[in-house]
Amino acid sequence: MKQMQLATLAVMAFFWAGSAQAQPYPSRPITEIVPFAAGGPTDVIARITGEYMSKVLGQQIVIENMKGAGGTTGITRGAQAKADGYTIMMGHMGTHAAAPALYPKLKYDPTKDFEPIGLVVGTPILVVAKKDFPAKDLKEFMAYLKANQSKLNEAHAGVGSVSFTTCSLFDSQLGIKPARVAYGGTGPALNDLMGGQVDYMCDQIVSVAEQIKGGKIKAYAIATAQRSPALPDVPTTKEAGMPEFQASAWNALFAPRGTPKEVVAKLNDALLKALDDPGTRQRLLDLGGVLPDPSERSPDALARLVKKEIERWTPVLKATGAIGE
Amino acid sequence: MGELFDNLRLGFATALSLLNLALCLGGCLIGTLIGVLPGIGPIATIAMLLPITFNLEPTGALILLAGIYYGAQYGGSTAAILVNIPGEATSVVTVLDGHPMARQGRGGAALGIAAIGSFIAGTIGTLVVAGLGVPLSEVALWFGPPEYFSLMLLGLSLAIVLAQGSLLKAGAMVLLGLLLSTIGADLETGQDRLTFGFDDLSDGLDFAVLAMGMFGFAEVLRNLESDEPQPKIESKIGRLLPSRADFKQALGPILRGTGLGAVLGILPGNGAVLAPFASYALEKRVADDPSRFGKGAIEGVAGPEAANNAGAQTAFIPLLTLGIPPNAVMALMVGAMTIHGIIPGPQVITNRPDLFWGMVASMWIGNLALLAINLPLIGLWVRLLRVPYRLMFPAILVFCCIGIYSLNNRPSDVLLMAGFGLAAHCLYKFGFEPAPLLLGFVLGRLLEEKLRQALVLSRGSFLPFVSRPVSCGLLLVALAVLIVALLPAVSKKRAEVSLS
Repeated sequence: MKQMQLATLAVMAFFWAGSAQAQPYPSRPITEIVPFAAGGPTDVIARITGEYMSKVLGQQIVIENMKGAGGTTGITRGAQAKADGYTIMMGHMGTHAAAPALYPKLKYDPTKDFEPIGLVVGTPILVVAKKDFPAKDLKEFMAYLKANQSKLNEAHAGVGSVSFTTCSLFDSQLGIKPARVAYGGTGPALNDLMGGQVDYMCDQIVSVAEQIKGGKIKAYAIATAQRSPALPDVPTTKEAGMPEFQASAWNALFAPRGTPKEVVAKLNDALLKALDDPGTRQRLLDLGGVLPDPSERSPDALARLVKKEIERWTPVLKATGAIGE
Repeated sequence: MGELFDNLRLGFATALSLLNLALCLGGCLIGTLIGVLPGIGPIATIAMLLPITFNLEPTGALILLAGIYYGAQYGGSTAAILVNIPGEATSVVTVLDGHPMARQGRGGAALGIAAIGSFIAGTIGTLVVAGLGVPLSEVALWFGPPEYFSLMLLGLSLAIVLAQGSLLKAGAMVLLGLLLSTIGADLETGQDRLTFGFDDLSDGLDFAVLAMGMFGFAEVLRNLESDEPQPKIESKIGRLLPSRADFKQALGPILRGTGLGAVLGILPGNGAVLAPFASYALEKRVADDPSRFGKGAIEGVAGPEAANNAGAQTAFIPLLTLGIPPNAVMALMVGAMTIHGIIPGPQVITNRPDLFWGMVASMWIGNLALLAINLPLIGLWVRLLRVPYRLMFPAILVFCCIGIYSLNNRPSDVLLMAGFGLAAHCLYKFGFEPAPLLLGFVLGRLLEEKLRQALVLSRGSFLPFVSRPVSCGLLLVALAVLIVALLPAVSKKRAEVSLS
């Protein structure tokens, strides 16, 4: 009798396990945390890639915007979520490279608390100035900055923003200390740059490309290895004489630590398929994005990138003495 | 001029396609509904609908979202008038006279004049966008941090006019509002201020949390406590609409409000929030009998509503001509455009004339649609007031909670709202009104930001505030407002008014 019961249990257990296996991942919608406001550059990238990834996975990827503290609020939530592959997050150069230097109370470690899924896209950084700035190219601009640094004003979109972080690098490489004017976002900063109230700033291509094309502001260089098809006339920093200034606001997908390997592999595969889809690709390129090379697309490559970026940004940002908001 | 007509023809041809027309109407309808529901604002709604716009053509997507945006402005006024809950910063002022009108059984007239005033303002606002959008965008660029700071200071001085009782108490509430606006991370150093260690506060308080608490929750508490019966509602539909005399009284305020709103809406950084406050202050100033204000003066509804809507239209100018979103809703529009690969900027008008002019035309169609949707609905809305309190109050509270939670998915926001409700109730008992506090809060963040930016730019000198002509002019106006309000004779009159 006892054996009978055991056998029944074993059979039940077998079927139960079987039914669990019969429901392969993903069997329900996946939440993707975007740690910034809806409509911003990271959100747009998440929605564009999320749409195609949903098709590949056969389950909807639902975007959940959870903004705050330079993106660290949403990533903290994501890091603490159940590691079952149903919560993933769109990390960012700010949340996974700059944050450890800027937020002393950061509740996660970008190198330890996540399973990297893959690099999504890099967004080049440009050095831009007001339209009547008296310098015709980057070399003159650099010389002018060095000679007049006490008179100049640099705008940024708030401590911890991409424009703050990347221009900290730019300023430190030039060895200058201009007055840094803080704005509550890229929009108002750009507005005052167009109005000539401030002299220069650094920001992502998607935020400044149209104003450059429209002649409202001037671009001196793009901080990537190659020129962008979106702005073919703007020279790279290498061409223009400041090869050491390389910066990109990259976006990458992460899952909480402990997410099963095969789930991560599935998500990485869906991401790669999205990046190879001509429509999705074109949409990202239209935004001025740089798609990762095949060698940069694996979870391991992303883990290495995070490590390398933290090492690069930490000393620069610590030197500014700022704390992220 | 001929070019303008050609452009408008292109715009109407785009906007009047069957799909775009349907999207415009749908957007207006959704907007009206979410505007009426307390606590659920256009930002959460548009964010939720973003995925839908993915499969639409970009012009259609923007027409839909724009419809939701100004639909919500209309709906927000409805909630402000009927249940004393301003859904948006811009309808705080509508509460002041709109709700007393509703309590006197003139809710229909208030809603009607709000709808008609908004339509007139929307029509003029659309014409401004169409005809003067491009040249006006250049004007906006003259507004640097010093000018902006002076404008905000002028805005604060309006609080004194806004006050219905004691000036001292109004001033205290403005200061409290300013103080609340400084909660959160410091703009320059990133240090947390006044957060008492709560991480949820480090991005500052949300306007909706404060407004829903101070008006929505507090209103429910106040009504529960008082023995006052529910206001009686006239049953005849015919008398629901504003009378000819009402129109005559409201026409001037509507036109003046439109002018104010159109000008302030163009400014970057959400100058439009000031418009209804400025219009209210202006109407109270020019009225023959300012004592009627706060007790159901129709001018106090018509002017601010017109200003609000005109500002909502002209706020598209910085977005469409410079690519700068002046407020959070516009930032979402930028997202909707970039998803489609159209990055808003100075070139949108030349590269995508169908999109620009289609939007302009749909703004006008949307305003017409809102009039058509709202006038017949007035009867229904007013009947809502007859819903007994025991059903209405729980519903208001539940919607407030859902709406506030949907903002940031944070339970702490709901608790904060309840806390502000209690606080507002106590303050009310001591004769402190919430409107000046909200004005202080709305302007506070910009005031601080612009002051500090201006001082960094001038290396600590206050001279630019008076040496730059626009800034100096604005400061002089602010001073004039203060002097007039504080002149002994005037304040004596005010005292008599508040006693009687």
